[in-house]
This record gives sequence, C-alpha cells and structure tokens, in this order.
Amino acid sequence: MTSISTPKQSGGRKTGRRGPLASVALIAIGLLFTGGAYAAFSTSTASAETTAASQQTVGEGQKLFAANCATCHGLAAEGTGSGPSLIGVGAAAVDFQVGTGRMPMQINGPQAEKKAVQFTEEQTAALAAYVASLAPGPSLPDASLLDGEGDAAKGAELFRINCAMCHNVAGAGGALTQGKYAPALSGVNEVHIYEAMVTGPQNMPVFNDMNISPESKRDIITYLKYLDNNPSPGGFALGALGPVSEGLFLWIFGLGSIVALTVWITAKSN
Amino acid sequence: MSTATTTTELVETKKSGGLTGAAANYIDERTSISTAVKELGRKIFPDHWSFLLGEVALYSFVIILLSGSFLTFFFHASMTPVEYDGSYMPLKGVEMSAAMASSLDISFDIRGGLLMRQVHHWAALLFVAAIGLHMLRIYFTGAFRKPRELNWVIGFILFILAMAEGFTGYSLPDDLLSGNGLRIIDGMVKGIPVVGTWISFLLFGGEFPGEQIVGRLYSLHILLLPAIIVALIAMHLLFVVVHKHTQYPGAGRTNQNVVGYPVLPVYAAKAGGFFFIVFGIVMLMASLFTINPIWNYGPYDPSPVSAGTQPDWYIGFADGALRLIPPGLEFVWLDRTWSFNILIPLVALGLFILVVLIYPFIEAWVTGDKREHHILDRPRNAPTRTAIGAAGVTFYAALWATASSDIIATHFKVTMEGVIHTMQFMVIVGPFIAFFVTKRICLALQKKDREIVLHGYESGRIVRLPGGEYIEVHQPVDEYERWKLVSYNDYKPLMIRPNANGKITVGQKARAGLSRWFFEDRIEPVSSTELERTHGDHH
Repeated sequence: MTSISTPKQSGGRKTGRRGPLASVALIAIGLLFTGGAYAAFSTSTASAETTAASQQTVGEGQKLFAANCATCHGLAAEGTGSGPSLIGVGAAAVDFQVGTGRMPMQINGPQAEKKAVQFTEEQTAALAAYVASLAPGPSLPDASLLDGEGDAAKGAELFRINCAMCHNVAGAGGALTQGKYAPALSGVNEVHIYEAMVTGPQNMPVFNDMNISPESKRDIITYLKYLDNNPSPGGFALGALGPVSEGLFLWIFGLGSIVALTVWITAKSN
Repeated sequence: MSTATTTTELVETKKSGGLTGAAANYIDERTSISTAVKELGRKIFPDHWSFLLGEVALYSFVIILLSGSFLTFFFHASMTPVEYDGSYMPLKGVEMSAAMASSLDISFDIRGGLLMRQVHHWAALLFVAAIGLHMLRIYFTGAFRKPRELNWVIGFILFILAMAEGFTGYSLPDDLLSGNGLRIIDGMVKGIPVVGTWISFLLFGGEFPGEQIVGRLYSLHILLLPAIIVALIAMHLLFVVVHKHTQYPGAGRTNQNVVGYPVLPVYAAKAGGFFFIVFGIVMLMASLFTINPIWNYGPYDPSPVSAGTQPDWYIGFADGALRLIPPGLEFVWLDRTWSFNILIPLVALGLFILVVLIYPFIEAWVTGDKREHHILDRPRNAPTRTAIGAAGVTFYAALWATASSDIIATHFKVTMEGVIHTMQFMVIVGPFIAFFVTKRICLALQKKDREIVLHGYESGRIVRLPGGEYIEVHQPVDEYERWKLVSYNDYKPLMIRPNANGKITVGQKARAGLSRWFFEDRIEPVSSTELERTHGDHH
C-alpha cells in the first residue's frame, strides 16, 4: 500500500535500516490507507452521490490514473486522439471497465477484450472515485439491486426485448459488425451487468433509469443469474448457440456414429 | 428375376413342425402368405455400409412417427393467448399462445415429455441428414441411372417433403426462434412481386403473425405431409424391390445378378437390429443433449429478434442465400417495390432444386445411354458426373455455412463482413474450383488404376540388376481386384447426326456439345487385348 503508482504492487515487507518507530508508523499508515480505501468503496456503493469519496482516495486515484490511463485518456481525463474523455462517465463506468480487466486496454482492436483484472479492488475504487470526482455520472449500484432476488420472468422478458438481439436469448453472445461482438453473459458479476446497462460500454447502448428502471435491471440480473445457476433442463446445452451447434452435433456425432456402426454391421466376418 | 448367386441360403425344411408348423399352415391356408414370404424372404441384398443410409432415414422416420404421436396427445395447436402457469419459473405469468404453453408443459410437467420432444427433434434432424447422405451415395455411384430415374425423383421429393415437415414442426411451439423463422418466410413470400402480399395474407389468415398459422401448420405437419411421405416411402421401397438393389463392381457381380444375403434370415436380423441401434443413438442424444430449448427463447413476439437466430440445419442453405445477397437490390419501379434481394435467392435455389430433381434425365440425354445399369460406378469412373456433384456440394455447403456467418465470426474471431465476402466468393467461384479439382483427381485415379492393371502394383522390393541398375519389382494384381478396376462403362462423345429430314437441329447441337464436355477427357478401361499384350512381355 505504500507505493500506489504502479498496479498490483503491494507493500511487501521492507528490509533495511529503520528505527522501530518507523515500522510502527509504516503499519499505521498502511492500515489507514486500506481502511480509507474500504471506506471510500463502501460509501460510494452505498450512496447515489458521486463525490462522496474522501479527498485522499481521489488523490490516490488521480496518481493511478496519471500513471496508467492518462496516455490515452489525457492527464485530466479530457480525452485524446487515442481514447475518449472520461469526464462524466461516472464511477460505474470505471468499475466496469477496470473491474472486468477491459481497461487498461492491452492492444488496439475492434473492441477492448475482457482479460485478467489489472488492479486491486482498492485501486479500482480509487480510480473510480477520481473519475467520479471530475463530473457527476452513474455511480456504483446499490447492493440491494444486485441480490438476484427479483422477478426472473419479468427479467427474462425484458432481456429478450432489450438485450437478446446482440447477446442471444440465452446470453451466449453474438456477432456485431467489423469484428466487434456482444460478449457472452454467463458468469458475469452482478455489479458488472448492472454497470454495463447504465454506462453502455463500447458498442453497447446505455439503458438509463428512464429506459429500464433499477428494479427492472434487478429483474434482468435475476434472470441471468437463474441461467447461470440452473443448468439446461434438457442436458448439455451445446453452448446455447441454437440450431447451428445442434446441426453440427447431429452431423458429426449423430450421423458420424451411425455411419461408423453401418461399417461395423456390414464388415465381413473373419 | 434375381438369379441369386448367394452362398448362404438357409432353407430349413421341417416336415413335422409341431405347433409352429400348424399355426403357419393355418395362416398360409387362409392368406397364401407363403408366396409373399418366399418371394420377399429370398430377396437378395448386397452388403455395403453405404447401402444402409436409406435405412437410417427410414428408421428415423419411424422414430419420428412414434415420438410425434406421443407429442400430439399433449400439444394444443392454438394461438389463443394464455398466461403460463407451469413449473418453469422464468416464464411464470408470461402471456403466450396455448401452443407455446402446451409445449412448455410437455417439457416440464408431463412425465417423459421433454425426452420425447428431444427424441422427436433429434430424430428429425437425423432424418433429413440421413436422406442427404443417402442421396449423395446414390448420386456419386450413378445409382439413379436407368431404370431408377423415377425413384431418384421420388426420393428427392421425399427430401423436400422432409424439409417441409421439419420446418412446419419447428414452427409449431410458437416460440421466439420459430416465430423469427416464420417472419423470414413471410418476408420471402411478400417479396414476390404482385401476388406476394396476397399470398402472405392468405397463408397467415391476415396480417402476420395472426392467430391461424400454428393450427394450419399443425394440420400439414401431422396429417397431410406425413400421409404423402408414407405413400412415397412405400413407392420408393416398392421400386427398390422391383428394380433389385444395385451393387458395386466386383468379381462375380454382373448386371444380371445380385450378390449378397437373402432377407430371411440374415438381412432381416441385421436390419431389425440396426433399427434398435439407430433408435439407441437417437435416445442417447435426446437424453444427454438439449435441443431447441424453447424455454430460453420464450413466447413469440414480433419485436425481439435474438442474436444467433438460425433455422434447423436443413433450411440453412436458404437462410445463407438470403445473407449473401449484397445490399441495394431493392427498388421501386412501376409504383411497386421489386425485391431482388429476395427474388434472386428464390430463383437461384429454385433452379438448383430443379436441376437436382431432373439430373438423371439430363445425364441420360447427354450420354444417350438407354441401357439398364445395376452395377454402380466407382465415382472416379464417371469424372464429369463426380465433378458436377462436387460443384453442387460446394455450392450447397457454402450456402449452408453462411447461415451461421455470425457464429463463425464470433467463434473464429473474424469479422462478419469478412465471412460474408469469403462465402460470396465460395458460392460463386467455389463450385468451379471444385469441378476442376475433382475432375482432375478422378482422371488421375483412373490413370493410376490403369497403371496398376497393366503393370501391377509397387511391391516395395528393390532389386539390383547385374548391370548395376535398380528396379522396383511390380506385382500383378489378383483377378478379383482386376475385375473391379477394369469393369466400367466407357462413353464417347455423341456424334452429330442429321435427323430424318437431313437437318441438324439446335437440340442436336446442344446435345453433342454437352456430350463432348462430358466425355472429352476420359481414360478408357483396360481392354482384354491390352492385358494380354502386357502379359506377353512378362516382367
């Protein structure tokens, strides 16, 4: 926690010549920082306000931002030719992009790929707090919207009407133009589903609260979690891709094994 | 008649049969069934794995009939809106048609219902696939030649009807996926100039989707189409009995005989057992693998269209054709919209189907061959036909693959546009490439055969001669193998001959031209004189 300018560098045990008081002071500072980050995280989830995070967290976030994001997004998050302005995107956008590993972006491509997460939760929270401090924007959703206890039937209907054209009815994902795609939704964290809906990352449209109310978003999350937790009643789902995977399976496994058996049946006995 | 040159003819003659004999006698005296048993029981069937593909289709059809009958007990072919109140939680309270609700009830609330639905659907996919493979076997071995042209036509109509059965069945649950499929059909119908809209309204009983279509499709699906299919299958099989089965060339096999096993007891046992094998595989698939999860798709509603919406595999080629059409082909002329984006695929596919349907007659006309053929061609021995077939398969396969363009794009991480442009190339240029490559391969294989017959096969034994020269010793092929390699029909291009009036008609010229195209590149089978000559200077 002592060095925060580079990602994932935890303050490991330092060796060297120091007085006993220095170690105590160091531990005290570390605890303070961790506690502060947790406090910042919990306040920002609990409140709808975007500027509730402590000034200290914002400062940390700014440093992280300058070191890891400013190359493309600009030192003041104002945007450059390589990356959009982040003023007003809110804490939710940062938590989604950084929390799913999409940002920092690994390579330029049709779209930012999901990958291993690059920052700790505290660092992500600090970044979110910093971006949220720039201008009001969507904040992190309240935990009560993410409990997966909503109306799955209503969520399923909303999902079919609003989401299935890109993400497929079973959330298996689908193709977009120019190599872009809507990713599969199985196993995606509840909070990230919610944040994606309110912030519209990459090619996704924004579904704001006028469009789909927070309770309806909760229903959609409930439905997706239902799909995650309940395997297909019919057996292996074959990727839930519909008739294409069914047809391939039939030709390769079904007809393939039948042809193998016809060869066996008509083989000459020795 | 089938002069059965069979080796295993088991005729057990029991004089004192006891109860069985008495019972058989009782039945025979009243029905004269022994004549039929004697005739059919001694039918000979040649043994080859590819001859069982038609049987697979037949057996899948039986499985479809059995499972389908079960489904009719519980399915309501009605589009009356109801509120779903079954046990699938994410659809509880959702308004849907009675058809969809009853399909969900079959899946979740009727014992064995889901298994039967999956058996029915997997067997349906297998049915059409088996027909397809069976047709390919018939085509590439030339089994459609005289006297079997009509049976090819019947078989191909069965293939079309099977697709129709499949599509009507796919549409019955009235779920989102099938509704999208119907919407595409509706769009295609409406794309026909002048009459399209009228036909669409007639079909759906008003504006799409209306409240009629499921009931109408149900009548077709369980009454009209199966009745026609059963009748045509009966005719198809009757023709097989009348024509006798074809056989591959081989020692002792001629155009006048059939070499194989009699129906009773060997073939009946094999075929009967095979039915259970096919049933077993379908059951295995149905019990382990989900097919058509309508509970995911939800009830039909014209507004949502899901990503990855595809028809079942056998309609894929038509879906692919629609996807491949470049934009900008729709315009207004004479106050009407002309949808060439729909008309081009409709006409192209219609022509493709027509050519496949009448192919036996085209080939017969080109070759001028009026003989009966009971010995199959090895595909290499009819290079042009095999090449045409390969071109047709490439055309079809490219269209078929295009139906999954979006899934190819996501799963192989390529762009959708790239997939579409590649497939456009494959559909148009691919068949030509396939034609030339296949024809060359066939001719090369024929040359190889000729070489083997005349000079034997390479034995791998290298001998050094006294002069220092190395040679590889070639072994002559045995007579059985040689029979297979030399016995095929040789064709020559037809000559243009003036008709009775001394004129050469355009038809004659076309026929001669096509005939030349068919047979100008050919490898003649090894004649007996050639054989004798090589055996003279034996090495």
